[in-house]
Amino acid sequence: MSLKNKLHNLKEQYKGTKMAPAFNAIHTFLYLPNETTHAGAHVRGADDLKRTMNMVILAMVPCLIWGMFNAGYQHYSAIAGGTPEFVSFFDHLKYFFTLDNLLIGAKKVLPLVIVSYVVGLAIEFLFAVIKKHEVEEGYLVTGMLVPLIVPIDTPLWMLSIAVAFGVVIGKEVFGGTGMNVLNPALTIRAFLFFAYPTWMSGDKVWVHDAVNRVGTPDAISGETMLGMLAQKKDLTYGMDEAFFGFIPGSVGETSTLLIALGALILIFSKIASWRIIASGIVGALAMGLIFNGVIAQGWITEGSKFYDLMNLPFWNHLLIGGFAFGITFMATDPVSGAQTNKGKVWYGFLIGFFAVMIRVFNPAYPEGIMLAILLMNVFAPTIDHYVVQGNINKRLKRLKVKTA
Amino acid sequence: MAEVAEKEVKAKEPLFSKQNKGLMTDPLFDNNPITIQVLGICSALAITAQLKASIVMALAVMFVLAMGNVVISLMRNIIPSKIRIIVQLVVVATLVIVVDLVLKAFAYELSKQLSVFVGLIITNCIIMGRFEAFALGNGPWKSFLDGIGNAAGYGLILIIVGFFRELLGSGTLLGFKVLGDPIGKTGLYAIGYENNGFMLLAPMALITVGIIIWIQRSRNKSLIES
Repeated sequence: MSLKNKLHNLKEQYKGTKMAPAFNAIHTFLYLPNETTHAGAHVRGADDLKRTMNMVILAMVPCLIWGMFNAGYQHYSAIAGGTPEFVSFFDHLKYFFTLDNLLIGAKKVLPLVIVSYVVGLAIEFLFAVIKKHEVEEGYLVTGMLVPLIVPIDTPLWMLSIAVAFGVVIGKEVFGGTGMNVLNPALTIRAFLFFAYPTWMSGDKVWVHDAVNRVGTPDAISGETMLGMLAQKKDLTYGMDEAFFGFIPGSVGETSTLLIALGALILIFSKIASWRIIASGIVGALAMGLIFNGVIAQGWITEGSKFYDLMNLPFWNHLLIGGFAFGITFMATDPVSGAQTNKGKVWYGFLIGFFAVMIRVFNPAYPEGIMLAILLMNVFAPTIDHYVVQGNINKRLKRLKVKTA
Repeated sequence: MAEVAEKEVKAKEPLFSKQNKGLMTDPLFDNNPITIQVLGICSALAITAQLKASIVMALAVMFVLAMGNVVISLMRNIIPSKIRIIVQLVVVATLVIVVDLVLKAFAYELSKQLSVFVGLIITNCIIMGRFEAFALGNGPWKSFLDGIGNAAGYGLILIIVGFFRELLGSGTLLGFKVLGDPIGKTGLYAIGYENNGFMLLAPMALITVGIIIWIQRSRNKSLIES
């Protein structure tokens, strides 16, 4: 008897007992459940929620691996006093894919992943057992997103508190997966951001070990490109480095190239909406162009604190900060985003638009994309409402013309 | 008027009859102004960042509500119903000014901290609500108990929220560093603990109140609205 059959039998045996949901969760994670529809005129597909979620995780794996190497790369570069000169992408990889870099990454990133999953899934299992429903798959993706969007040195206890908060307040109180208003991963990040701002922004958190070395002769620091622009410092990284991802930042969001690869996987497997991603990019470019236009008109002079960020060529906004990661993996969350096709276009556009606006006008919150997505999550039902209402009105008008 | 009303009550029942006790204890839990009626949320969010401010606010509201209830109840038969809101506002405003001046005279620092929110007791929905719903139709003694009870229910939530927000947000209780010194790294801070700055912001007060509502309703299912 195969493992699959054994599990099916065990499931029958323990049906209705207290821990059954926990068992079923593991069972259906490994195999397709044995109680799917086999006959009749039903819509059937091989992709259930677990398979869909796994696809998203797969799309994030390149970012995770890159993030692990980047953790070491940034750490050793900071110690050496600066990154090696960037000549070309393939040439630079010899500094990047080294065992030392990977060891630092494994030491720092894997605990983040493990803590995120253990705490989040434990809460999901607990709620499933108490509320007597099946364990929901929602946390599979959230658990992978969370370690990718936090700074490398985030203390693990902070992460667990934030994950517990995000899962309980951001999701379970609304009724669990599929009912949440806000994206849970961003709820977790927003909690960390407002609760422990010193660990989430500044120039000491993006490079491993920088926090511990404050005040010692070996002090190191590393600022994100957005941080440099907000502080009106000269950029020490080129846009090519930003595109490939040789820059400091949250663990998994630095490499725009690999995020674009993930976006392609998600678009071709029809999991993420291309409308949201495309219109999000258009929105960010539009806002960037407006700011460039303001500079060109001479309305903002060099003395202004917004000058550097406004003067950034409009397309550069796509490469720096977490914009690409947010618009690809979090704005496209099918639960908290807009549902109608027209609504998705507006939703994505406004996310891009606001992300760049917040980024420029509020340098205290350098990561505009997080706040922009959370804001539009709240407005998504309103957008859908107007899209549906508009459609109804249009058809009513057509009816009147016909009957008249 | 007062004597008549009190005599009526006395003739019917003892001072602390079961019903009168209920006036005090009901608003504490099953009919709490904040968690069940969802009134007075504004001040619960604004001033609960510190326990001391919560306690002072609770006492101030208790004074205003109890005294106001008695005054309105005494005047209930002579207030023309068309202008009763104005009369009620005059009574609350008078009492609030008394509280404000007392605070300024004896606890200036605290009064600065509570700032506009003492004055805003005037607009606290609990107070107008109790005047309208209770004091206008009941005698002064019952109105007094009702005022005390509702203010206590309000204060209880304020103090619970204030306790958690100050403890987790600043690591102190009533100003005492109960979790150790964050700058000298003693106590909990020695092992890497940090204060949760989010607790000091208004959204976490709302979420804390929400959690209290959640716990209360999951323990007493009859409170859940259909």
